[in-house]
Amino acid sequence: MTESLQFDARGRLRHLLTLEGLSRRTLLEILDTAESFIAVGEREIKKVPLLRGQTVVNLFFEPSTRTRTTFEIAAKRLSADVINLNVSASSTSKGETLLDTVRNLEAMHTDLFVVRHNESGAAHLIARHVPAHVHIINAGDGRHAHPTQGLLDAFTVRRHKGDVGKLKVAIVGDILHSRVARSEIHALTTLGAKEVRVIAPKTLLPVAVEKLGVTPYTDMAAGLKDVDVIMMLRLQRERMAGAHIPSEQEYFNLYGLTPEKLAHAKKDAIVMHPGPMNRGLDIDSAVADGPQSVILPQVTYGIAVRMAVMALILGGTPETGRRV
Amino acid sequence: MTPAAPTVDIDAALARMAEGLQPWLARNPVMVGIHTGGVWIAQKLRMRLGITEPLGTLDISFYRDDFSQVGVNPQVKASNLPLNIDGRHIVLVDDVLQTGRTIRAALNEIFDYGRPASVALAVLIERDGRELPIEAQVVGEHLRLSKNKHVKLVGGPDRLELKIQEAR
Repeated sequence: MTESLQFDARGRLRHLLTLEGLSRRTLLEILDTAESFIAVGEREIKKVPLLRGQTVVNLFFEPSTRTRTTFEIAAKRLSADVINLNVSASSTSKGETLLDTVRNLEAMHTDLFVVRHNESGAAHLIARHVPAHVHIINAGDGRHAHPTQGLLDAFTVRRHKGDVGKLKVAIVGDILHSRVARSEIHALTTLGAKEVRVIAPKTLLPVAVEKLGVTPYTDMAAGLKDVDVIMMLRLQRERMAGAHIPSEQEYFNLYGLTPEKLAHAKKDAIVMHPGPMNRGLDIDSAVADGPQSVILPQVTYGIAVRMAVMALILGGTPETGRRV
Repeated sequence: MTPAAPTVDIDAALARMAEGLQPWLARNPVMVGIHTGGVWIAQKLRMRLGITEPLGTLDISFYRDDFSQVGVNPQVKASNLPLNIDGRHIVLVDDVLQTGRTIRAALNEIFDYGRPASVALAVLIERDGRELPIEAQVVGEHLRLSKNKHVKLVGGPDRLELKIQEAR
């Protein structure tokens, strides 16, 4: 269902809700387009007129700094008008409230909604109810998906390590609650990574995680051995109901990325983190600020990747378009 | 029977362009080619004229006025103006001048990089069909073609060839 919801009748990307079901070709098209937006961010006037006159609403029902800001900058660099709305999600009748909010904003002739919500499926619900000329980008829904983060992580890997098909990648941390992990896994497996591993305590691994095409590990030394890329995750304390870990200190001792644990990976392995980092819990400062870290470049690439997604969704893909 | 497509001697056209650009050389111009055909032509001209400064390249995909109809070209090449263009004289090079819309987009992009002292336009082929008040200062060859004829430069960067086809 999701697949058909994301594409219009001519097979053009209409919404970006999840990376599940997107072809390798579509992913590469987004990454290639992002590559050319990198140069725009490096010049004196960091703006192109592509989305002039279009209105983008950042609709955030959950707090976010990095994602919201990079979406805002991305839209502004494409010359769109941007409105930021931080709506605190009410606990009652969410579905109804959500759609009412969207309908009101639609009446103001919004072209694109960037939606973050703590409920899985929120962006899908909106996408099912908007008219054909309105587009949705999922900026994170519950534990489900965070497609632009998955894309920017794939972009970072490709830029620093080359062909994803030759690489072993380990995703470390709270896989169970992580929409980022799910989107990273879809991106990496679709792009044909040599091996994708997930490393976490058993209590933070989803049941039957192998079905996503990944190899689970519960031991850091074994899981990190010979990998080219380490993607750390944030321990999502706010999504944890009950005892998933014995104590934060013990979690850090076993799964926190320290220089000693990093030494198990390849010498030139890169270290990534989607932010915000829990220093001393997910990752040691010596690694986060160390020479193998590409955590800040990830943020920069996030802008170019989000520009590419917005441009492709609002302009359509050229496969069916007419070149004059 | 459609009349035979006119043939163009590209070498002779390039020689005419090089000749026409002579007056600009004293101003130490920055040469900027528009992807993809314009870059090929600019490379040939630089060799003929002995220009050693780096070549600027523009991909105007992000500045097209028909973006909402055609979408983004995934093969967008990065634009690259290697020098500070403030106060410099620019020779903008393209393969075919028809509607003038590509040049309009290129001018907008150039001005997002800086404020050049002047911009001159040099094209291999100048044909009819202008939709904007834009003219070339240096022309390799003038062609008069019916509206449904489409001109395209292929075979670059080395074996340049002009294809004239019926537009679809």
